[in-house]
Amino acid sequence: MEWTLLILFIAAGISLMIPSRLKNLKGWILSLFPFGVFVYLLTFIPVIDEQWLIERSRPWMADLGLNLHFMLDGLSLTFALLITGIGTFILIYAHEYMRYYSHTKRFYVYLLVFMGSMLGLVLSANLILLFIFWELTGISSFLLIGFKHHQENVRTSAIQALLVTTFGGLMMLAGFVLLGLASGTYSLPELIIGDIKITQHGWYLPILILILGGAFSKSAQFPFHFWLPGAMQAPSPVSAFLHSATMVKAGIYLLARLNPVLAGTAEWQTIIPLVGGSTMLIGAYLALTQKDLKAILAYTTISALGMLMLLIGIDTELAIKGALIYLIVHALYKGTLFMIAGSVEKQTGTRDIDLLGNLAYKMPITTAVALLALLSMAGLPPMLGYVGKEIIYEAKIQAPHIAGFVTFFGVVSNIFMVWVSIFIAYRVFFRRQYHGFKTPKETSHHFWIGPGILALVGLILGLFPHQLGEYLIQPAMNVIRAESLKVDLKLWHGFNQVFMLSLLTVIGGVVLFMLRKQIIPFFRKVNKKFFDVRFSDLFTRFLDGIMLFARHNTRIMQHGYQRIYLMVLFLSVAFLGWYQLIDTRFWTIGLSVGHLPPYVTLIGAIIVIATLFTLFSRSRMAAIISMGVVGYGIAIIYLIYSAIDLAITQLLVETLTVAIFVLVIFKLPRFAKLSSRASKIRDGIIALLVGGFMTGMALKARNLELQHPISDYFLNHGLSEGFGSNIVNVILVDFRALDTLGEVTVLLIATLGVVALLKIDKS
Amino acid sequence: MITALPILIPLMVVILLLMVGRKVYWLKLIGISGAFLLFLASLLIFYTVRQEGILVSQAGGWPAPYGITLVIDLLSALMLLISSFTAFLVGVYALKGIDEKRHRFRFFLFFHTLMMGVGGAFIAGDIFNMYVWFEVMVMSSFVLITLGSEKQQLEGGIKYVTMNLMGSFLFLAGIGLIYGKTGTLNLADLSMTVRESDQTFLMNSSFILFFMGFGIKAAIFPFFFWLPSSYHTPPVTITALFAALLTKVGVYGMIRFFTLYITDINPFWQNLLLVLAALTMVIGVLTAASQYDIRRILSFHIISQIGYMIMGLGFYSAFALAAALFFMMHNILAKTGAFLVGGLIQEKTGSFQLKSIGGLFKEHPWLGLFFFLPAMALAGVPPLSGFFGKFFLIKGGFEGQHFLTTAIAIWVSIVTMFSMIKIWNEAYWKPAPKDLHQPASHPLRLKRTMIVPVAVLGFSTLLFGLSAGWFMEVLQEAAQVLKQPELYIEAVLKPV
Repeated sequence: MEWTLLILFIAAGISLMIPSRLKNLKGWILSLFPFGVFVYLLTFIPVIDEQWLIERSRPWMADLGLNLHFMLDGLSLTFALLITGIGTFILIYAHEYMRYYSHTKRFYVYLLVFMGSMLGLVLSANLILLFIFWELTGISSFLLIGFKHHQENVRTSAIQALLVTTFGGLMMLAGFVLLGLASGTYSLPELIIGDIKITQHGWYLPILILILGGAFSKSAQFPFHFWLPGAMQAPSPVSAFLHSATMVKAGIYLLARLNPVLAGTAEWQTIIPLVGGSTMLIGAYLALTQKDLKAILAYTTISALGMLMLLIGIDTELAIKGALIYLIVHALYKGTLFMIAGSVEKQTGTRDIDLLGNLAYKMPITTAVALLALLSMAGLPPMLGYVGKEIIYEAKIQAPHIAGFVTFFGVVSNIFMVWVSIFIAYRVFFRRQYHGFKTPKETSHHFWIGPGILALVGLILGLFPHQLGEYLIQPAMNVIRAESLKVDLKLWHGFNQVFMLSLLTVIGGVVLFMLRKQIIPFFRKVNKKFFDVRFSDLFTRFLDGIMLFARHNTRIMQHGYQRIYLMVLFLSVAFLGWYQLIDTRFWTIGLSVGHLPPYVTLIGAIIVIATLFTLFSRSRMAAIISMGVVGYGIAIIYLIYSAIDLAITQLLVETLTVAIFVLVIFKLPRFAKLSSRASKIRDGIIALLVGGFMTGMALKARNLELQHPISDYFLNHGLSEGFGSNIVNVILVDFRALDTLGEVTVLLIATLGVVALLKIDKS
Repeated sequence: MITALPILIPLMVVILLLMVGRKVYWLKLIGISGAFLLFLASLLIFYTVRQEGILVSQAGGWPAPYGITLVIDLLSALMLLISSFTAFLVGVYALKGIDEKRHRFRFFLFFHTLMMGVGGAFIAGDIFNMYVWFEVMVMSSFVLITLGSEKQQLEGGIKYVTMNLMGSFLFLAGIGLIYGKTGTLNLADLSMTVRESDQTFLMNSSFILFFMGFGIKAAIFPFFFWLPSSYHTPPVTITALFAALLTKVGVYGMIRFFTLYITDINPFWQNLLLVLAALTMVIGVLTAASQYDIRRILSFHIISQIGYMIMGLGFYSAFALAAALFFMMHNILAKTGAFLVGGLIQEKTGSFQLKSIGGLFKEHPWLGLFFFLPAMALAGVPPLSGFFGKFFLIKGGFEGQHFLTTAIAIWVSIVTMFSMIKIWNEAYWKPAPKDLHQPASHPLRLKRTMIVPVAVLGFSTLLFGLSAGWFMEVLQEAAQVLKQPELYIEAVLKPV
């Protein structure tokens, strides 16, 4: 079972290796892979019926709770069949559709990786594994949406889709990690079957909200919905796949999957229906005002996704059943319609419904296929869409607490759906006018085989819903509700309340269609007035805002002035240092200056005076010389404390420094600009802060001797084992010879560096 | 004996390089063989440490607290391994990526002194010795930044060296204070002294100096200014080398010192680490978002990602520490890879400016893949290495209930993705700007020695991700060793 994934990823590799001789068969050859998987998965139907759940696990990062753990049950199987089944036809369709595109090799790789990731997502039995595939679908869809990346709006849409879904994805990951910590496992079967009551846990609400963030963004729920209409910039086969069986369905899958773990609470039954319900209505409404055929379809997808969310949120047995059927219904008709839209665009050169028309006579087969799908979308018999709609109405009427609200929303949205269906049928196929750019003629069979079969499946399942119910819906229901249920689907339910609602829906849709000339302009006007906020623009503006803030931030942070960098550095040092000093202020500092011999005090005083003189001197030469005095003073102190070597070094360094300074000064311009009074004071304060902190530190260190210093060892062993009576020398060349090696290396680097610095231009 | 190899091998190579003068062929041959040898030695060391535990060697045979001790525990071994691996790949790239002029002026010699400094810092068991290796590193990297003597290189070099010397000064001052207080320089001895004393809070004052010293080296907020001022000035090969090594040594120092001296959770240090980590992440990533030069975007991201490592250290648990180490190793691979691809882009188009390049994906799909892998790894896309680093850190953060810091890290990772996608979008997807003619000399075929390292680094982010479990096991082992300083102390002070 887990090998099926590998097959699709291998197919992605194979797609690169198909020789150009077989180029004319490429889509067909590649479609064999998902088709094979589809057939293979079909054989699991009886197994699932018996066993409910098949698991396969291989250790990957066992200690971290991340294993290659896969599961197949009714829910996974339903999704897996949709993915591979529709995927097969998408490849056949793409074969013809992508014929005149360049770089199709990449296209097939992306598409197969996308398919494989989606399959992996629904087969994962480990939350983190699921997340990995979740992100892979995001990345591969990013590449697919941006396939025609020479156009700027295509690039923008792709980036938007990626950022929105990744944002949600990361929320979800955080939710998963919390869930894993709360329950002690990432394994879905354990979470579902085990007796861990996450809904009682203190972290339940954050977990739920974070996971919903992932599901809502992926499934294009309001207010994350805007990336989906943008995604129609992808080539039509991709849109068809993305809208039907993959990507946007991932959020629905996730919530259905986690239903036994997280559902059944007031939070679940409030947040999800609210978001789903508003998405359903907004999507259907916005669909009506669009002019681009693909945009209309995209908004109806949003509406459908909202409906699915709403049903999952209602959280009754009936609602879940309705959701599962509607999922299949929608996948079948939406896949078909997007492919048809692609064919129409190919044949006419436009997707604008104001220009299209009259295609029923020019493209009869395409029209027939489209009509079947539209029937299903409108929820009319004898399509599966009708079966679904009836159950959904029933579920809404019986919804606990919120029946009135959701039924009203549902009826209104469905009326809009009927209207949109009739509208598309009329505008694209039956209207007598046609203003397209090409003379349309029927497409080659590649273009209608796939959609045709999908639409027919919708019809057949509508006529024989019982089998669908028994073999797919029932096993899926069993695992979602975690109990054994009997699902019996029928096309005809008799004349009841639900049928009346259906009738009302159809009549409403037809009436509204008749009144379209009055209503649509009104809707568009309302749109202009109230819904003029385009979310994708808002998002772009939000990104621009971040960029602006970032630029501002950069100007403050990385302005390029070395002196200010150093100033900030010193201030930070002083701040952290003083904080530390104040933190340990109760440590009393014993000042023992008084015990110093007077000549040391005198030298100290000279050093201080020389330092002050350096600061206030107006002549550069005097400043340098007084700095030299400071250095010599320190050397004398070394001498007093019998560090002869140090004293000699200090004297040499000091002399050299003064000499070099004097040489450099002659090269400098005579009059330098002196700092202003304010900046002098500022620099003085910073210097005092840093110096004061260092002094404090040194005084503190003087008062503390935790253990006897190791220097005694050097004194005792210097002559006997190091064979030298000058301890400093022995330390340098023997006890700590490695340090000396390092310092010698520094000198070597400096020397060669200077050579390179000076000579490299001349060579 | 093998304990000293990370210092000895570069030293030998440097001596050999000095003997061949400016013969480019020999300089390259010896340089690259040396880099490979160093990698092999690191493998050997890693294997030995895994087998035998902490390796200790007393330089000159002087017993532990008195002479200089070299110590390699699992952390050091891992750092040696990853740094020598990436350095070798950068070395291969440098064969053609660095021009003849710079080779003649001994690029590889400075490369190896840098490696000597880095290796020494990783294995030093003595605080002053560590300082010495930091000096070797600063000097080598300063020469590498300015090698070529172009005006902006000199300007960047000056900024680099002043601020880094500030760091060294603070570090040295800290050493002076600590020696005054404890009378010892040996890391293990020092740790023991501090642990046995009841006045450990007095360590804090000199420790703050170390913290700032390492903070400057690691380029955390508010000490990072030197990095973006200098990283874009030398040839990109050198920047890639720096990205792999320099800041990470600072982070290494912090991890070493925090685990040896501040062994219990201490609110002051924990809050400081977490606050600075968050600021480092946020400011780094925001500044990166506004850049349009590939090298600058990547440079600012180094800062942001250092924040993640510091955050992992700040979480304080063994798991979070291992996660931080994982993130660091991932970052070394991915960042170096990304910089080198930047070099290839410049080779091809003659520019690093996103506004003046484009259309690369159409013409060079492989170059696209080689960028996509490390870039997506940096953005944290599974199953690449960055995802696991992020996942482990989030897990570690939530385990310690550091919700705010973790949430900030998650937000930062979105902005990181935005930056990476920006490069992808501008350099690869956008059609090449028409008004800019590409220099005729550039569409030449890229040299194989430049492509192979880039490919290896790209795929290593994938492999590193897929084998994250194994690495995490080793890293958790390393973190366990770090969390028990007595192991380190015992190994150093009581040799068999």
